[in-house]
Amino acid sequence: MEQSLSVKHLIGIKDVTAKDIELIFSTADNFKQIINRPIKKVPSLRDVTIANVFFENSTRTRISFELAERRLSADTLNFSASSSSVKKGETLIDTINNILAMKVDMIVMRHPSPGACSFLAKHVDSIIVNAGDGTHEHPTQALLDAFSIREKYGEVKGKKVAIVGDILHSRVALSNIFCLQKLGAEVVVCGPPTLIPKHIESLGVRVEYDLMKTLEWCDVANMLRIQMERQDIKYFPSLREYTMQYGLNKERLDSLSKQITVMHPGPINRGVEITSDVADSKQSIILDQVENGVAIRMAVLYLLAAKKE
Amino acid sequence: MKKKELFSSQDLEITLDRLCHQLLENHEDFKDTVIIGLQPRGIYLARRLHKKISKLTKNPKIPFGELDATFYRDDFRKRQPVLPKSMNMDFIVEDKNVVLVDDVLHTGRTIRAGLDALLDFGRPRKVELLVLIDRRFSRHLPIQPDYVGKRVDTIVSQNVKVEWKEEDGHDRVWLILND
Repeated sequence: MEQSLSVKHLIGIKDVTAKDIELIFSTADNFKQIINRPIKKVPSLRDVTIANVFFENSTRTRISFELAERRLSADTLNFSASSSSVKKGETLIDTINNILAMKVDMIVMRHPSPGACSFLAKHVDSIIVNAGDGTHEHPTQALLDAFSIREKYGEVKGKKVAIVGDILHSRVALSNIFCLQKLGAEVVVCGPPTLIPKHIESLGVRVEYDLMKTLEWCDVANMLRIQMERQDIKYFPSLREYTMQYGLNKERLDSLSKQITVMHPGPINRGVEITSDVADSKQSIILDQVENGVAIRMAVLYLLAAKKE
Repeated sequence: MKKKELFSSQDLEITLDRLCHQLLENHEDFKDTVIIGLQPRGIYLARRLHKKISKLTKNPKIPFGELDATFYRDDFRKRQPVLPKSMNMDFIVEDKNVVLVDDVLHTGRTIRAGLDALLDFGRPRKVELLVLIDRRFSRHLPIQPDYVGKRVDTIVSQNVKVEWKEEDGHDRVWLILND
């Protein structure tokens, strides 16, 4: 009956066990029911204050976390680096400790530097939830992706999942690989050779450079966005050429011998990695992913907050 | 650990029948009444009562729900989290008479959480509480049942365990004396 997570913070999927993930999923099932009721709120976290600290832009994740917090009745505080004293030269630890001094219980942080969250977890006394740290991990996204696959197929185990696109700069890809493998799915990464990190096979994934071959193999294709903001050099000649080689369009989808499920973590660059008719097709579960995101984040916050004595 | 039998399966059957008839006295044909069992252990009692009453009233459409109050508990962060059970409420209780069902009434805190959870499904006209076992003199809150299977006097160190055929293989109620 009584069960709790094996971790104090959610820094990355790498640190959690398959049992933790199952616990988050079964809790999220309950929250998904709740957010579909006329009254979408429960009082569980009414004595908890959560700060959303965003050092990098975000729409979906930030709104999703904020809604999750409010639906659990937590008090929320929003902080974005662009309008703060970080500009005046304050360090990360000082910024966070100042927020914590105002009696904040949990920190949800997005940061452009990989490892920022685990650094913070070591140096401040609070519960840290990673909302994306640079090119490292984005654990709640991976959880909601796997949760959406589970919802669609009943289970994740044995499913064939392809992650297509900018693997090199993607925290979503790394967290997804860890999460899907822990749940027993097979993972293939596909993209131009320049956007596939070296030695990624050591994580136990297969690398494929041919989109059609990958799509023919998989049950689920997770189409990632090309992260222009992180690309300091040219990794491919032009976006048009990328789209010709790795973009998913209706013709390609219809030419497959089976129906696959299409996912995208957002934001979509329509016409680049995925065309509009695919994004809006019946095979796409992109908006289900967004809905599940709130339930998953409620489950994560609830289970982490519950641990604090 | 010693234990004493409070109800055999036969006693339980008699008591369930009595509770059904008491409910019928007050709700007649159950036209505007819904039966809601509290998770985790109140649902077995509620299912039994619902079945019996459906038979007695020949009304197979009495609404029945299973309510989970885990997210409304007041001991969150004060103990290890309890895993929520499934919520099964496909109606709202607006303007209905609600019979809230649980197996054992002890401190009253679960019922308090259950009432809060219930209000998120609308404003009921009236809520009544039915419990199989009422542990008297151990209340933390001013909550009293309207229908009682049996009242027992217990001390804090004792436990009452209700076993159901569906879950435990047989119907029986035990008073467990931890000494």
